[in-house]
Amino acid sequence: MFRGLWRLTWLEMKIFAREPLGLIGTVALPVVLFALLGRLARPGVGGVPRFASEDLPIFASLLMAVSAVLSLIAIVAIYRESGILKRLRATPLRPHTILTAHVLSKLAFTAVTLVLMVVIGRRYYSVPDGVPLASFMVALLFCTLSLLSIGFVVASLVRTARFAQPVGTLVFYPMLGLSGLFAPLESLPPLLRAVARVLPLTAATSLLRGVWHGEGWTAHLVDVALLLVTFVVCIAVSSRVFRWK
Amino acid sequence: MSSVVQVQSIRKAYGPLVAVDNVSFDVHEGEIFGLIGPNGAGKTTMMECIEGLTTPDAGAVSILGLDPIRDVYALQERIGVQLQEAQLQKRITVQEAVSFWTSLYRETVDGGQLLDQLGLTAKRTAWFMTLSGGQKQRLFIALALINDPEVVFLDELTTGLDPQARRAIWDLVLGIQARGKTVILTTHLMEEAERLCDRVAIVDHGRIVDIGTPSDLVRRHCPDRTVIVTTDDPMAASRFRALAHVGSVDTRDRELTIHGRDDEFVMDLIQCVADHRIRVVDFRTETPTLEDVFLKLTGHSVRD
Repeated sequence: MFRGLWRLTWLEMKIFAREPLGLIGTVALPVVLFALLGRLARPGVGGVPRFASEDLPIFASLLMAVSAVLSLIAIVAIYRESGILKRLRATPLRPHTILTAHVLSKLAFTAVTLVLMVVIGRRYYSVPDGVPLASFMVALLFCTLSLLSIGFVVASLVRTARFAQPVGTLVFYPMLGLSGLFAPLESLPPLLRAVARVLPLTAATSLLRGVWHGEGWTAHLVDVALLLVTFVVCIAVSSRVFRWK
Repeated sequence: MSSVVQVQSIRKAYGPLVAVDNVSFDVHEGEIFGLIGPNGAGKTTMMECIEGLTTPDAGAVSILGLDPIRDVYALQERIGVQLQEAQLQKRITVQEAVSFWTSLYRETVDGGQLLDQLGLTAKRTAWFMTLSGGQKQRLFIALALINDPEVVFLDELTTGLDPQARRAIWDLVLGIQARGKTVILTTHLMEEAERLCDRVAIVDHGRIVDIGTPSDLVRRHCPDRTVIVTTDDPMAASRFRALAHVGSVDTRDRELTIHGRDDEFVMDLIQCVADHRIRVVDFRTETPTLEDVFLKLTGHSVRD
């Protein structure tokens, strides 16, 4: 079923690492940003907004997930436009193997970035005791997977590479703004609040925040369910409308 | 001669555009079969219906006894495909592409040897984006041959290549046939079709106008022949005019332009020259080409 998956994933990772801005954008930038912000914002110092102190790991992680999704959208659009997807289809490779390889490659870079952030960030930003880092990592990969599925829907609907990235940004940045990371949901107008509550990025923020603060997964089943539904619906939609050429 | 591909009344429309309109043909084992016609005539779509990349709206296709849509994965093991304007990842190396493709098939030939035959050994570690047009096409040929396919599809293989690279690719295609493979190709270059194809199908506006060997098509649709003879013999023109297959003779100084029909016409002329001991300084025939056949059948040039 998935013949060639690991080889293709590894190949795509190697190729991505050769892109001039590939690793800088998805790995180096979030790590440097994280370290810089961590250095500026000492926890407990007055006047530092909440997001820059307590939410910094969540902010950095979500930014990383979103950049992985935007990069996936761009790659799929470029691969389609230049006929790479079509050429790969004219082999015994199954279509879902090709797409899964891209998802795995993005998840792998996300995992690498997170590990780097933990290692480098430690110097500037002490991880509070009792933060379940492994559980947080799983939560982040889970959130990223759900967001990647939205990326597939965008990549299915937007045909040209030129528009793929801007449309992706248009979809994800407002969601990021409403996610509760920058302003508490309660402070939003009622209509916007209602919208924000069902957005997957809001669920992702809530889940990551909860896991970071040691609340455990069971306290966030609604978030998990919302992300899961997003994933299932988006995969179903994109498998129907995805274009290979 | 057994056929490896049978196409029966296939049709494919993209919205209001009918790309393939009720097309039927067979491809025989071991031949080079060409779909020829201008860009946008529907050649690529026809080919993709056989490769299993496009599902026809109507009609039936059988290749190597398989249904290209239902048995698409079994089919991919047995065919090799080169697509028009396909690309690989910009920064994949030649070696990586060949090893990856090798890993996808159950049975493969030696990738290193293939690169050697195609003159790509020196480019093994080069990124795809740094290759020249001819090198890219040779790599695509290598990928199309990696699984030792029974049928090879080549779509506009030499488009954009300079004449020298084109000739080199032609030799490669003849080499593929020499190894017992069946080749199906598309081209809008009539010279390419004449050089390579055992049989061609003339494609225009989604339909197949006629199918045959290039010489058969020329004989059937463009029987007119022209022979240009240079001679000092003052009797030559009148002797030629008396021949049965000769239509007209134009004279300009020593040069006679003789119009006629069918192959007998040329034989008659040669016989006449011999019988009357006409001293001929130059004798050349102008044979119509597939280009002329195309113009005759479709009413427009293949380049339009």
